[in-house]
Amino acid sequence: MAVVETRGLTKRFNDHTAVDGVDLTSHEGEFLVLLGPSGCGKTTLLRMIAGLEEPTSGEVYIGGELMNDLPPRARKIAMVFQSYALYPHMTVARNIAFPLRAARVDVATQAEKVRWAAELLDITRHLERRPRHLSGGERQRVALARALVREPDVFLLDEPLSNLDAKLRTLARDELLDFQRRVGITTIYVTHDQVEAMGMGDRIAVMDHGVIRQLGDPREVYDDPADTFVATFIGSPPMNLVDRGDHLVGFRPETFHPANAGDEVFSFDVHRVEYLGSDRFLYGVVNGIEEPTKVISRIPVSLDVDVKAGQHNFGVPPALLRFFDKTTGKRTPGP
Amino acid sequence: MIEAPSAVGVTRRRRASDNDRFLAVAGLAPAVVYIIALVGIPFVLAILLAFSDVTVGDPSLDFVGLTSLRQVVADPVFWQSLRNTFVFTIIANLLVVVLATALAMALARNFKGKWVVRFLILLPWTTPVSLAAITWLWTLDSIFSPIDWVLRELGLIESNMIYLGKPVLAMGSVIAVHTWRVVPLAAVIVLAGLVALPSDIEDAAAVDGARFWRKIFEIDIPLMAPIIAVAVLFGVILTVTDMTVVYVLTRGGPTNATQVLASWAFFRGIEGGDLAQGAGTALFLLPVLVAIAALILRMASRREVS
Repeated sequence: MAVVETRGLTKRFNDHTAVDGVDLTSHEGEFLVLLGPSGCGKTTLLRMIAGLEEPTSGEVYIGGELMNDLPPRARKIAMVFQSYALYPHMTVARNIAFPLRAARVDVATQAEKVRWAAELLDITRHLERRPRHLSGGERQRVALARALVREPDVFLLDEPLSNLDAKLRTLARDELLDFQRRVGITTIYVTHDQVEAMGMGDRIAVMDHGVIRQLGDPREVYDDPADTFVATFIGSPPMNLVDRGDHLVGFRPETFHPANAGDEVFSFDVHRVEYLGSDRFLYGVVNGIEEPTKVISRIPVSLDVDVKAGQHNFGVPPALLRFFDKTTGKRTPGP
Repeated sequence: MIEAPSAVGVTRRRRASDNDRFLAVAGLAPAVVYIIALVGIPFVLAILLAFSDVTVGDPSLDFVGLTSLRQVVADPVFWQSLRNTFVFTIIANLLVVVLATALAMALARNFKGKWVVRFLILLPWTTPVSLAAITWLWTLDSIFSPIDWVLRELGLIESNMIYLGKPVLAMGSVIAVHTWRVVPLAAVIVLAGLVALPSDIEDAAAVDGARFWRKIFEIDIPLMAPIIAVAVLFGVILTVTDMTVVYVLTRGGPTNATQVLASWAFFRGIEGGDLAQGAGTALFLLPVLVAIAALILRMASRREVS
């Protein structure tokens, strides 16, 4: 177990800055998620921590030790790749044993550790098979087993669930989290999927254009986004932002309901109602100060109101309104 | 409804280029004609000649059964050529595989002037083989060889080596020149396979702690096995069927020490004028080549599944 820390970590490819001076410190044993759209630099950041990419400037510390000049094998990390990167010409057992062979561990210990990891991940019956004969979920578990036998201080996971189909992904998410809790190893997890990030992360670092926009637990980044990027990137549908002249006011679709007493009231022109089983999405526009703004309201089916297309008075409890600076996009305490 | 602007210039006629069957025939025809004219007909002719007694002096095609082939195998030089062909092919291709793989790995790295180096390495392949062989003939000359001059100046030898005049050195020279010629092509083939290796697997090996040699022997080479097999297939066929290097450097000498089947067939059939025996000798290449090709193709297809 160890703490991962980056200081002013920067990576430039020619004239493109992929990661721009990132300072990030993990907690011991935590599940830290790097979340952002594709091309935001999250994978590059992870690869610099792994030692697969050389930083243009800045430092990487693992367990308090400077790692910059150490090759990946000396960093006490293990990595799981999006494609799992299993060695196709080796059996599962040889795949799992590979890091041990590379470390010249004696054969008896190798066999013992392979069995231990295989049992932990429930893949013992596949040990003599080749990766190509396994399903996506099984391959993922082999990749985890191979990462585990090295007894790393840090797990680095690069979108390990994105190659699984939707149904399997939910299950694998649960398994992965359960596994991480049991081994208690500091884990840095890269994903572009906010549902994964919200569901799995102890903390989430939301990244965009090579910088961390916000670092916080799932509730913080959802309820108190640091800026308009985080506000609109997290949440599905995203936070509504309405122009109020010198500032923007934001509110989540699920807080935007037919007006009650004490609510901040908006005149909501509903254009279309989408029925999604558990929820209804109402699409329409509200009039701010400037142009009419497209907003969405999300009403659970259990809330017994009947809204049709047309003009309505909708409102948000004032405590749930969030305010942002119009030019910088940064959160402000009030209007 | 908003009317979409009407599409312009839609031809309703079917063109020849829309017809897959026509395209297939048109596309394949040149290759088929080429193969029939330059491979098929000579091949059939070779079989016919081998079972006849045709010579340059008596070009009438009389069927004599196995007589010519019996004469071919009765000649000890034929057996020596066969043995030499194997020695030549096996040693040259072992060298080609090792050197080409090493070269490909060096070229896959990023370094300044990579394109210049790649170009220089491909040069031997682009030089006409006869010209290249003649250059080597001078380089290996018994009196004026620059290699000997360097070795003499360094004090490593006292008198000239006479590379092409001694049986073992002559075979070594032929193998070296041929290896020099085939390595660029093989290296380019292996390089193509190398750059196509999934980068995730390379990264995984680095994280898993594999150092240089382990990565090469446990990861890279097994993953490249199919492509290396292709390089070997080309190399073997180029070696077994080649006679230019032998012909220019040694003419099969000294005392047939470098005689290979291809050159022996040429000396017998063309220079010696016995077309039937020349064709018969050349036919012995066929089962060797078919066997090698089948073996390597099977290896490649088995690897492909992974």
